[in-house]
Amino acid sequence: MNKEEYKNVYVFAEQREGEIQPVALELLGKARELADGYGEKLVAILAGYKVADKAQTLIAYGADEVVLVDAPELKDYITEQYAQAIHQVIEAYKPRIVLYGATTIGRDLAPRLSARVNTGLTADCTKLALAEDDKEFLMTRPAFGGNIMATIVIREHRPQMATVRPGVMQKLAKDDSRKGVVNSFTPKFDESKFKVKLIETVKEAKDTVDITAAKVLVSGGRGVGNTEGFAKLQKLADVLGGQVSSSRAMVDAGVMPHDRQVGQTGKTVRPNLYLACGISGAIQHLAGMEESELIIAINKDKFAPIFNVADLGIVGDLHKIVPMLTERLAKEIEK
Amino acid sequence: MNIVVCIKQVPDTTEVKINPVTGTLIRDGVPSIINPDDKGGLEVALQLKDKYGAHVTVITMGLPQADAVLREAFAMGVDKAILLTDRKLGGADTLATSNALAGALRTMDVDLIITGRQAIDGDTAQVGPQIAEHLGLPQVSYVVGLDVKDGKYIVKKETEEGYQMLEVEGKCVLTTLASAFKPRYMTVAGIVDAYDREVEIWGADKIDVDASKIGKAGSPTNVYKSFTKELKPAGEKFEVEPEEAVELIVAKLKEKHII
Amino acid sequence: MNFELTKTQQLFKQMIREFAEKEVKPLAAEVDEQERFPMETVQKMAKLGIFGIPIPKQYGGAGGDQIMYTIAVEELSRCCATTGVIVSAHTSLCCAPILEHGTEEQKMKYLPKLASGEWIGAFGLTEPNAGTDASAQQTTAVLDGDEYVLNGSKIFITNAGYADVYVVATMTDKSLGNKGITTFIVEKGTPGFSIGKKEQKMGIRGSATCELIFENCRIPKENLLGRIGGGFKVAMKTLDGGRIGIASQALGIAQGAMDETVKYTKERKQFGKSISQFQNTAFQMAELETKVQAARLLVRSAAFKEDKGMPFSADAAMAKLFAAQTAMEVTTKAVQFHGGYGYTREYPVERMMRDAKITEIYEGTSEVQRMVISAKLFK
Repeated sequence: MNKEEYKNVYVFAEQREGEIQPVALELLGKARELADGYGEKLVAILAGYKVADKAQTLIAYGADEVVLVDAPELKDYITEQYAQAIHQVIEAYKPRIVLYGATTIGRDLAPRLSARVNTGLTADCTKLALAEDDKEFLMTRPAFGGNIMATIVIREHRPQMATVRPGVMQKLAKDDSRKGVVNSFTPKFDESKFKVKLIETVKEAKDTVDITAAKVLVSGGRGVGNTEGFAKLQKLADVLGGQVSSSRAMVDAGVMPHDRQVGQTGKTVRPNLYLACGISGAIQHLAGMEESELIIAINKDKFAPIFNVADLGIVGDLHKIVPMLTERLAKEIEK
Repeated sequence: MNIVVCIKQVPDTTEVKINPVTGTLIRDGVPSIINPDDKGGLEVALQLKDKYGAHVTVITMGLPQADAVLREAFAMGVDKAILLTDRKLGGADTLATSNALAGALRTMDVDLIITGRQAIDGDTAQVGPQIAEHLGLPQVSYVVGLDVKDGKYIVKKETEEGYQMLEVEGKCVLTTLASAFKPRYMTVAGIVDAYDREVEIWGADKIDVDASKIGKAGSPTNVYKSFTKELKPAGEKFEVEPEEAVELIVAKLKEKHII
Repeated sequence: MNFELTKTQQLFKQMIREFAEKEVKPLAAEVDEQERFPMETVQKMAKLGIFGIPIPKQYGGAGGDQIMYTIAVEELSRCCATTGVIVSAHTSLCCAPILEHGTEEQKMKYLPKLASGEWIGAFGLTEPNAGTDASAQQTTAVLDGDEYVLNGSKIFITNAGYADVYVVATMTDKSLGNKGITTFIVEKGTPGFSIGKKEQKMGIRGSATCELIFENCRIPKENLLGRIGGGFKVAMKTLDGGRIGIASQALGIAQGAMDETVKYTKERKQFGKSISQFQNTAFQMAELETKVQAARLLVRSAAFKEDKGMPFSADAAMAKLFAAQTAMEVTTKAVQFHGGYGYTREYPVERMMRDAKITEIYEGTSEVQRMVISAKLFK
């Protein structure tokens, strides 16, 4: 292969039922930076059925070009249909880099394609950058259960492919005035390979709360007091897209159900953010949460042991701070 | 029905600790286990054995000590075990690994291939779909339910919003989630027999794949560097007015990209 | 000489530890609190073959060895001593005597169902007036035609009520003392055989400990286990094996308390550092760890001798004596290390301390073990 033929940074713009997924916009934000680093174009691949109207959104979030693959075969995501379409785009356009969201779709499609085009793929990257000296594309990801970080390069194969978890990259501010080119691409499907049939798609509100899976936990202890206190925490959790958890004291008091309890006799959690409100931080509680990525504690008692494990400690009244914080964050996130 | 389950021996990453002084990984004494998603796949295969009398083969690629996970699979109830081990296969990334396993699978009479969704030491989720591609077979990943009806596989796939029901015709590759299939325990009788049974040892010459596609040479990705995460700096504590507290928190959340 | 477990034993340990951690540990506090026999765990263990570990394959067992059996009781007891003793009493006190002294017919009739866990086993020796002095048996068995008629009662019988098969010691000729003792197999539901009062105990509270009552209980004479008058030997041999089981239970309790204490003392901070960093804690824990390891070696060496068909009576007694003492010492100190928390039910060490005490008492008190050991010493 002639590596030099492969140019430009591509993003697989994942959509579901015609809705562009947030991760696609986040990838555009990062890919913009990479494309600028090479002085090349940022191209979004928009595949689906009757999705043409979404192309402008991708441009508004940073794409220079959109390759639109619009076909009835692509109405629902099925591996082979999408693999054929995107494979042909790659063959035709020869991208330097292709990025995918590390979703159940991206993590299904990208490896299939990497094998089809015989190239490397780096999964679940948390950092993408160009080397300062030779602009080698550096893909950094956690390995070993998050215990180590590894930076991966794909030197001799093109395109260089990576998946990135939702929420890791920052999308750009939307700019509706941006102009870009939309190119339609019509793939040739080999239907004899379509062996998987979608019977139904079911959306279900996951009724049992799994606090161990939550990325953000707003957790309350004795200082929260009662159900009304937890309602404040719930509002904050909603704004942050998280869940409410509890210390043992509030579970024993019957204020919170046991499946929300963090700690020795509850669950061990490791969210990206653990916001401890009115939790003193008994050893049994700490055992269940001290591995959290970021710990912020709000407590009236400045000697509360929770402050020993907190990255940021606020000595103060959660009943005042939490509602103000909720309001402030709601505005911040709207922006 | 012949089912082949691909399993991997992995260090139990939940037991891995970081040396607080040197910041390096402490690997000593970390137990090796069957990768959890693979064990889920083993369980679903054994359920098909219980239900329909399927013949279950388990294959692993790795160092000779990966024999241990095959013994465990025997004790859980599999019929046949293959250890694919060869220095020529070393240094493989996911693509080279999938090529090697696909090379082994090509030589076997198989109706259904199951792998775990991903391995806990790498979390890449690539090998299953890559095997499917090499063999030209359909795939369904994130499988949380499986049955066979009128010769077709009825597969439940987990998605972010819920699930999908899919129907697959003929031979295919499925990647399973540990959370959906609670693996059975080894039986005592199975354990007593496990080391008396024969594990087939296969080398690179036994598999059907181009030599350029396996091992280090067949790996497009390279590790540029690896490092441990920085240790947490000691936290700061502020006793301030609520307004200022809110600003401090917002600033921290931004710094850490929570918002 | 080899101190390493075989690969098979290691694999077994891996399984039983995972099983105990996931299936047994979560129920331990509840089983204790409610004095509840963990039937659901028994059924799970049955499915895996845990009730037939050392029973040969030809009788439906797994064909494992005594070392594996000790590992099973240790690992189960590490999480829940109640569960440990259910397996121990079943295996050592019921399956073992039938395997050792039973006729081929008896083995074929009872062992497959015992090994599969479809039937649970128990052993009846102790009576209100015959504890350590087994020769004071008052339960009688009298031959009447083709049947023996049993009268009398047994107390403190583990698994009573839940067991389907009971090996029962009786007096067939009082004038002969020990040599007048005869053992029989009695099945649950035999007319005249009933379960009496259930004991309320300090520890192993989920284990069923009841009275057995025989009132003109007629059993077929082919249920004779061993020979007439051979019951004392059956009972003593059975207890030798049983002691390895209880030593394993004690070892498991001790190990469980060690693990809890290591975890706690590393996490618990006082005066700005983990209490494990205080030399008082560290040195005491080192002593305890050494004793636990010593107990394990004694247990395994006794089991090893039993596997090899070597005499192991004194070895079993030493294992039980030392393991039980160690369990008591470790659990008492574990509670101390946990401080106020250790005295509460929030942490498992107080339960472990209560559970540990019985290991110094049943299947021969520590005093009996000293008798056995010294008898060999001075013979």
